[in-house]
Amino acid sequence: MSNAQGIIEVRELRKVYRVGSVDVLALRGLDLTVNAGEFLSIVGPSGSGKSTLFHIIGGLTPPTSGHVRVADHDLASLTDAGRTRLRKQTVGFVFQKFNLLPNLTARDNIAVARHIAGMDQKPDPQFEEILRLLGIASRLDHKPNALSGGEQQRIAIARAIVNRPAILLADEPTGNLDSENSCAVLGILRNLNERLGQTILMITHNPEAAVYGHHTVHMRDGKIIERT
Amino acid sequence: MTGKLVLENLKHRPMRSLLSTLLIGVPVTLILTLVGLSHGMINDSARRTQGIGAHIIVRPPGSSFLSLSGAPLDQRIVDNFFARQPHVQLAVGVVNQPVEGIFLGLTGVDLEKFSQMSGGVEYLEGGPFRASDDVIVDDYYASQHHLHPGDAVRLLNTTWRVSGVFRGGKLAHIIVPIDSLQQKISSTGKISQIYLKLDNPANIPAVMQDLKKRLPDYQIYSMQEMTALYNVNNVPLLSGFIGVVIGVGVVIGFLVVSLSMYMAVLQRTREIGILKSLGASNGFILRMIWVEALALGAGGTLLGIGMSFGAWGLIAAFVPIPVEIVTSWWPIAAGITLAGASFGALYPGLRAARHDPIEALAYE
Ligand SMILES: Nc1ncnc2c1ncn2[C@@H]1O[C@H](COP(=O)(O)OP(=O)(O)O)[C@@H](O)[C@H]1O
Ligand SMILES: [Mg+2]
Repeated sequence: MSNAQGIIEVRELRKVYRVGSVDVLALRGLDLTVNAGEFLSIVGPSGSGKSTLFHIIGGLTPPTSGHVRVADHDLASLTDAGRTRLRKQTVGFVFQKFNLLPNLTARDNIAVARHIAGMDQKPDPQFEEILRLLGIASRLDHKPNALSGGEQQRIAIARAIVNRPAILLADEPTGNLDSENSCAVLGILRNLNERLGQTILMITHNPEAAVYGHHTVHMRDGKIIERT
Repeated sequence: MTGKLVLENLKHRPMRSLLSTLLIGVPVTLILTLVGLSHGMINDSARRTQGIGAHIIVRPPGSSFLSLSGAPLDQRIVDNFFARQPHVQLAVGVVNQPVEGIFLGLTGVDLEKFSQMSGGVEYLEGGPFRASDDVIVDDYYASQHHLHPGDAVRLLNTTWRVSGVFRGGKLAHIIVPIDSLQQKISSTGKISQIYLKLDNPANIPAVMQDLKKRLPDYQIYSMQEMTALYNVNNVPLLSGFIGVVIGVGVVIGFLVVSLSMYMAVLQRTREIGILKSLGASNGFILRMIWVEALALGAGGTLLGIGMSFGAWGLIAAFVPIPVEIVTSWWPIAAGITLAGASFGALYPGLRAARHDPIEALAYE
């Protein structure tokens, strides 16, 4: 399970949330290695700490203890500004609830991500191809409420990868989609992985979805209990 | 892109945006209208003073500018002293008395001498006084009070009869016989100030120099100096009042923006979380809120300027008070509003910037 070349290295990771006077142990000594170019599925019961793991890897919250290295960033020592940079440059998020900005068109949702990363000015010829790959080129001038769930999620994927992050974190990306759209989104993720070598971590409830990944890790009670 | 984000946010809640700009615009209108009124009235007074046709004005020792009431001077010095000075063609003493708070309201004067000095009084209706309780009023005062010759008008607890309506722009709105006014205010034989007309304007400096030497305590101004003194800053109450209204404007701008942006930040908690998940820094979020506040402030300023034209039109149509559009105050009003808006954006902006991204993303 250990691999010195991993783009993500997690050792003995603990995360404690303090809720009032109660400590919630979301992660209890988790170890994980992910190689560059890997498509990894993560499954496990609700509350087992899957999202928390993503939030730490993606720099949304700091680890309580343990060692976490993501694409040469040591997350234990990162400041708030450092985590902001990590989110901007190194990881892209795809959420179950799409999380598009409701007031902006699909195109502008993608443009905002480029703007935040300071990439607005750079032309990106490959991106047009990605849009075709995602099948959303004709839907770009609509606002999210005029798009179907499947379309919204595809825009969200486009937004997540527009800045070429080293790692794409997808937290139950098909959780709000019917089976047809789920298939489409999963197919897109596999395509991104195969054609662009995009490293992808995907949380899912659905065993059928999990098989899209090269491997699957099973979580329970804040730990990884099995890797298949 | 920040601009687009802000614009879309403003468009998304048009009612809130409109209401905020309207609320910001109201104090802008207030400030501009007040400034327009003061400028209008002061410039009007300056014109009125120039219309007197005098070259030099002499005021008693210790009198302050624009406190025109009171008649401390013995009127005999007009003929016995001033009229005899070299180059002085005509010396006219007047008594000033404010009425109903009108600037340069009521003046008592020897009408014949005043006509001589000013080049004649033009009557639109009626003519000069004939009796001691006659008054003449200018067209401004006449239209304001619907007065015509023969009408009675109550001033200083006395009923006067209007003998004529003259074309305004000279001396005062209301002119009464000097003796009658002196009697009414128990200052028989006393005057407030003296106007001097010289044989030649070229002699003004020499005459002034001579008078100042001989009357060191008196206030001696050329008419040019006098009109230059008509300035908002020389009216302590007025500039103070404008200051208060500006203060109120800043506070309202601050509060409106504060409240409006605070609610916007609450409503957009999730969107702020999304932006943060995309790597937006605290500074980016703060700037976004600030730009939106500035946009509201700028919109409020423009709306306020627009509404000040409306106020100007209304005043011009219904109240015969001179009011001006003072464009030099537009940038000042904008600066005041934007400053208020900036401060108003600070707290909501910092709150938004400090949102925990995970909590913000979980916000429903
Ligand atoms: N922000 C938080 N504050 C407090 N407790 C949290 C927070 N996020 C997650 N938890 C708790 O941590 C545990 C793991 O949650 P989560 O990582 O969301 O699990 P999963 O995604 O596997 O359902 C749960 O018990 C959850 O209640
Ligand atoms: Mg979860």
